[in-house]
Amino acid sequence: MRDICSGSTQSDREHSSTVPEAVEQAEWQQSNAECLVLETGWDNTQNKMAVELDVFVGNTTIMDEEVYQLWLDGYTVNDAVKVRMEGGVMEECEASADVLLSDTMDQYRTFQMCERLLHSPSKLANQLLFQIPPNRQAMLIERYYAFDDAFVREVLGKKLSKGTKKDLDDIGAKTGVTLKSCRRQFDNFKRVFKVVEELKGPLVENIRHHFLLSDKLGRDYAAIVFFANHRFETGKRKLQYLTFQDFAFCAGQLISNWTVGAVDNMVEDMDVDLDKEFLQELKELKVLITDKDLLDQHKSLVCTALRGKTKAFNEMEANFKNLSRGLVNIAAKLTNTKDVRDFFIDLVEKFIEPCRSDRWTAADMRLYLTHYNNSAHILDTFKHQAVWDRYMVVIKSCIFKMYHD
Amino acid sequence: MPGKLKVKIVAGRHLPVMDRASDLTDAFVEVKFGNTTFKTDVFPKSLNPQWNSEWFKFEVDDEDLQDEPLQVTVLDHDTYSANDAIGKVYIDIDPLLCSEAASVISGWFPIYDTIHGIRGEINVLVKVELFNDLNRFRQSSCGVKFFCTTSIPRCYRAAMVHGFVEELVVNEDPEYQWIDRIRSPRASNEARQRLISLMSGELQRKIGLKVLEMGGNAVVGYLQCFDLEGESGLVVRAIGTACTLDKLSSGSAPNSNTHMHPNTAPASNACNSPSKDGKEPVFGEDLTSSSGPPTPFRALPTTSSSPPPFSPSKPCSRQSSSSDTDLSLTPKTGMGSGGSVGKEAGPLKTLLRQQTQTALEQREFPFFTLTSFPPGFLLHVGGVVSARSVKLLDRIHNPDEPETRDAWWEEIRQEIKSHAKALGCHGVVGYSESTSICEEVCILSASGTAAILNPRYMREGCLDIGISDHRFEEPSPPSCGFCHIPYDELNMPFPAQLTYCYHCRRQKVPDVLFTTINLPQEAAVTGKGCLIQARLCRLKKKAQGEVNATAISNLLPFMEYELHTQLMNKLKLRSMNALFGLHIQISVGENMLLGLASATGVYLTALPAPGGIQIAGKTTGDLSNEHHILTIQKRINDTIAKNKELYQINPAKLFALDPEVFCGINMELTEEVVGSPIPEPRQRSRLFRSHSESSDELSELDLSHGKKDAFVLEIDDTDAVEDIHSLLTDAPTPTGFYSCNTEIMPGIYSWTSGVQMFTSVRVFRLSNASLTNQGLNKIFTDLCENLLKSFYFKLRSMIPCCLCQLNFTVAVPEEELIQVAVTAVAMTFDKDQAQEKPADKPTTKGGSETEEQLQFPMELCADASSANTQPSSKISGVPENTNVSSRAASVDYGSFADRCSTWLELLRLKAHTIRRGSVKTISSLEHCSPLPEGRSRSLRSNRSFRGSPVTVVKMTPLSFLPGTRIIKYLGIINMFFIRETTSLREEGGVSGFLHTFIAEVFAMVRAHVAALGGNAVVSYSMKECMLMENPNKNQAQCLINVSGDAVICVRETDQEPNPSMANIGQTCASGTDGAT
Repeated sequence: MRDICSGSTQSDREHSSTVPEAVEQAEWQQSNAECLVLETGWDNTQNKMAVELDVFVGNTTIMDEEVYQLWLDGYTVNDAVKVRMEGGVMEECEASADVLLSDTMDQYRTFQMCERLLHSPSKLANQLLFQIPPNRQAMLIERYYAFDDAFVREVLGKKLSKGTKKDLDDIGAKTGVTLKSCRRQFDNFKRVFKVVEELKGPLVENIRHHFLLSDKLGRDYAAIVFFANHRFETGKRKLQYLTFQDFAFCAGQLISNWTVGAVDNMVEDMDVDLDKEFLQELKELKVLITDKDLLDQHKSLVCTALRGKTKAFNEMEANFKNLSRGLVNIAAKLTNTKDVRDFFIDLVEKFIEPCRSDRWTAADMRLYLTHYNNSAHILDTFKHQAVWDRYMVVIKSCIFKMYHD
Repeated sequence: MPGKLKVKIVAGRHLPVMDRASDLTDAFVEVKFGNTTFKTDVFPKSLNPQWNSEWFKFEVDDEDLQDEPLQVTVLDHDTYSANDAIGKVYIDIDPLLCSEAASVISGWFPIYDTIHGIRGEINVLVKVELFNDLNRFRQSSCGVKFFCTTSIPRCYRAAMVHGFVEELVVNEDPEYQWIDRIRSPRASNEARQRLISLMSGELQRKIGLKVLEMGGNAVVGYLQCFDLEGESGLVVRAIGTACTLDKLSSGSAPNSNTHMHPNTAPASNACNSPSKDGKEPVFGEDLTSSSGPPTPFRALPTTSSSPPPFSPSKPCSRQSSSSDTDLSLTPKTGMGSGGSVGKEAGPLKTLLRQQTQTALEQREFPFFTLTSFPPGFLLHVGGVVSARSVKLLDRIHNPDEPETRDAWWEEIRQEIKSHAKALGCHGVVGYSESTSICEEVCILSASGTAAILNPRYMREGCLDIGISDHRFEEPSPPSCGFCHIPYDELNMPFPAQLTYCYHCRRQKVPDVLFTTINLPQEAAVTGKGCLIQARLCRLKKKAQGEVNATAISNLLPFMEYELHTQLMNKLKLRSMNALFGLHIQISVGENMLLGLASATGVYLTALPAPGGIQIAGKTTGDLSNEHHILTIQKRINDTIAKNKELYQINPAKLFALDPEVFCGINMELTEEVVGSPIPEPRQRSRLFRSHSESSDELSELDLSHGKKDAFVLEIDDTDAVEDIHSLLTDAPTPTGFYSCNTEIMPGIYSWTSGVQMFTSVRVFRLSNASLTNQGLNKIFTDLCENLLKSFYFKLRSMIPCCLCQLNFTVAVPEEELIQVAVTAVAMTFDKDQAQEKPADKPTTKGGSETEEQLQFPMELCADASSANTQPSSKISGVPENTNVSSRAASVDYGSFADRCSTWLELLRLKAHTIRRGSVKTISSLEHCSPLPEGRSRSLRSNRSFRGSPVTVVKMTPLSFLPGTRIIKYLGIINMFFIRETTSLREEGGVSGFLHTFIAEVFAMVRAHVAALGGNAVVSYSMKECMLMENPNKNQAQCLINVSGDAVICVRETDQEPNPSMANIGQTCASGTDGAT
């Protein structure tokens, strides 16, 4: 019999000739390492024997959602077995720890084999290796691309680069997410970013179609991509009270109102970038604070409308000019990339914090901003109504969302 | 020039990156058939190339068409160096050669490389134009249909069963040729794959020729195996049953069944004859002639053969049967002359017997590889016959010629034939052959079930004769007829307790029945069946050559004996009295022998209730010992009682029982009332015994059992204690699960459409510590038990479900390694329906009526049940499903897909079969959507990728899929793959390597079936899974051989409304009650 090892030199050469695959496999290998160690050590003491090999392959690929989640969460096989034991699955079918371990390893292997396909989900539907029913394919994809809010909050607005990836262990430690899971989530962000970056058309749709994600998840990813693209500052202490969902909502507003795609989605440019023309036009709004008459007129209009409708009227009246300057200045500065980054911190510092210290309620805020926005239309010398509305619709909804404790 | 093969290469997708610089591939394709090769253009810089080639035409002999596979190689063009191979696809074009099978092969095939596995897919279109060949001396056998299914395929009717066909071809194994030293592992693997593919084709062609010679048109139960003998060569051998099959059009199915009418009449004749006749000449003749000639191993000095002295002919053997009766059964070399017809035809013989005899005696080997039969085919079953022989491979004179191996098998078959004769049978059914090779030692095994068959199927124009065979005796009911002994009561081949049949009270039946076949559909069964396994390890000294062979020969009989004892005890422990699907595998390793016997235990209503098991201590007086024995006895009795409840075995019991055992009662009731008076007082006592069996009163048991030594286990040493413990350690299946190794679980009748086929492999490494036989046994038993437990756990989301056709294969790939490979299918059933067996029994039916309904009982049954349960299962099933899926693996793919497959699906399928070629081409072109720029950056391309769902292909080791109807057989799938790796660690160790490989094999089988236009594989089996590893060098190699029948099936509910709806309920009843 030919020694299966005799041709080692030749096959080594063969292998190196297809290096791209090898590169792909390297990551794989990493994740497999722990599995292997386990395998050889299994059952050694108890039965005077060792399981050298143990596989179970179904014509329809069997996947346990619970184990999948444990795998996604970065549990090692042993930890996953422990969790499952505590979950009481053993009583369910009179299983022993051995059985559970064997099952968990099988499933982990399956997931590892599937992972390559999950990187480009459209492949999952027409690959031939695994027979997976469509509804389970959707589940696999959705869960694979799901992320921890705590984790994403940490990376939001950061550059999706190698540098950030190196910090993942810190983030993991801080958020309680395993490093493995952090890596998966980070790589997902990066992968989606890379694909969508160069695509034309609506961002959310692009993401959903390329990665076959649900609407909700598609929107979240759009937010992440959008934030990463503009590198919005989200890490400052003053912004800590904001959740990922707050930011995701704001991102949605920005995408649907301030990007090029918002006005005309047939244009060449992409959804990811803000409409440069619009940002230029925002400078015109400065007139609202530089022209003293306009400013006073605006103030009196707003105050007339507000009088008697809120307890915080006095504070509103006193602070009007400051607040208005704050908002208009934010608008005027947005042509600067640096200032775009500080958009959220500016909103908080220039508007939300003063209001909060004056103890405005959410309803006050709503009332004030509505009238602030509408009154500008009545100003007869103010010509930039369209730009103003396009600006204010986003500002309003962002502030409404961000105004909480 | 009798054939034109046309091939078109359409497109590729998901190709691997072959050029690192561009991250793309410049792919082209070579198409090779025989010695002709065509090439496509290079499609530059794409991972999804669109070749859309012209039609490549090969003009070839049909002989070549049968032998050669079409070889499609995908390569990466390289301007400066040699082109790199991406991978290959071998396409067996045999299905296209049969007018009734597939007409075109078209679809996506995985591109397979023996080193890297699957690397993308290629879309290929293949057609064949056959010209009529009038040459009388032709070498091809195009048009003969092959089926792996071991029963008459579902949409055919057997006009005639011709009998046994076998063939064997030998070639030098490419891995042992000198050139292998210099070529790459890839080249070597590919040479081997190609050779085996060629040899399989040749084998099939030769068998086809034999079938044509016999006047048949099909081979059913086609079993092909290959033996890697090593230095001495590579053997591909096959056996099968030649038949003449008539295609049934779906509408006419019930009508054509009327041909089957006269079945029971002959049945009755045959069953009456043996017991009433006086001394049978058959047996006497056999005895005298066989005692004379020397045993073969003396006659053939180069080989060492061991006909096991005890067991070969022991269908229901027990300890006491190790008498000289068996010894006299050693094979005779010149059987043909010995078994002459004329001498045997004594005056007392019935006409029928003669007919059968003559019909069968004309054949050299009256063997049938079938395991399920048309109703009435099987008249009586004698018991299991088996033969083993140990051979030395390095002593073959002419290794390249098949003669020696032919002679070996001939010898074994003769032995089997003589065993069957000894049992008063002239046929062997459920016949199979296997080998186990370790170094130069090879164990050849054959086994089957001795039986008396209805001659009607053997003769030309026989279909009308049956009526004339009518006798004045009333027909014996088909539900018990096969149990009646075929041999002579006064001259039994082995000691057995005979009683009158508990069903009809007219004929004698044995107390236990072992068979290798499926439970006949019409058989009356009490309760449910279960999987029974006997496992055994025996150490042996390492040795070489003759010494080794002798050592093995000497061990074999002991192993068979012990396996039988284990089986018998476990059967008793479950309170059952018959084994079906018995398969005994003995595997040889360097320092040990492994024996594994699997079967499905059943309580046959016709057979007497089994007695309990009694423990006896040898050393009397020792009080503690006595106490110990008592406790064990109690445990055993408890287990028996528990098992009776578990399997719902409650024959002849009182009325005050829960409805679950309604069936049992019903059956017994009719027996008590209608049945003939109990003939002897002895019978009476037996009946009583069965009542008091589960009680603890040993004395009573003892009395009733008389001297039935088989039931007494003596505890005289630690071995015996161990044995008893091992007997009791078999864990019961968890609630909601059943398991069997036959096609269908006896006692379950309402299958739903959930199907999950799986393959599982485990390899255990024994530590080098010196192990005893007992220790080994325990390890081996634990291994098998744990595997089963794993299955139950994995499949828990399918509860209630049954594991069917559990096929265990054991091997000793290396010293200190034990490998167990299992392929089985889990099928869901409707629990509520399963409990209640429809009340009307076959006993109450006329023979003809029964037969008419029984032709396709399984289908109709499944149909009826699914029709009945549909509304409820759809409502209740869904929420339950979601409920489960949140915490457990959901494997409900089958039913899900089923729900999705609506009329649309059916229409699509139909359109597909009619003008598949054109439809498919177009669709495939659409789907693979050219992306010339390589990197897909546009939305549109993305959408088109989503648009082509992969055809769902179901796989099952059974001959049918519950809830569906097979409308077309597309041809045999017989594939052989080699996979090798030099980066074992990177692929996830041996487990990762094999896991991927098995998944790849499944994928390739599915792809081939889908390309033939099919949506399922039935009678799937993994014949071989040979794994060699060297973790130190980071290398492993594995060979897998799989086979099955590609079919198109449609949901039962999608068919045209059945013309005889009223009939269905009844049919279901009859089908169910005998569901094998």
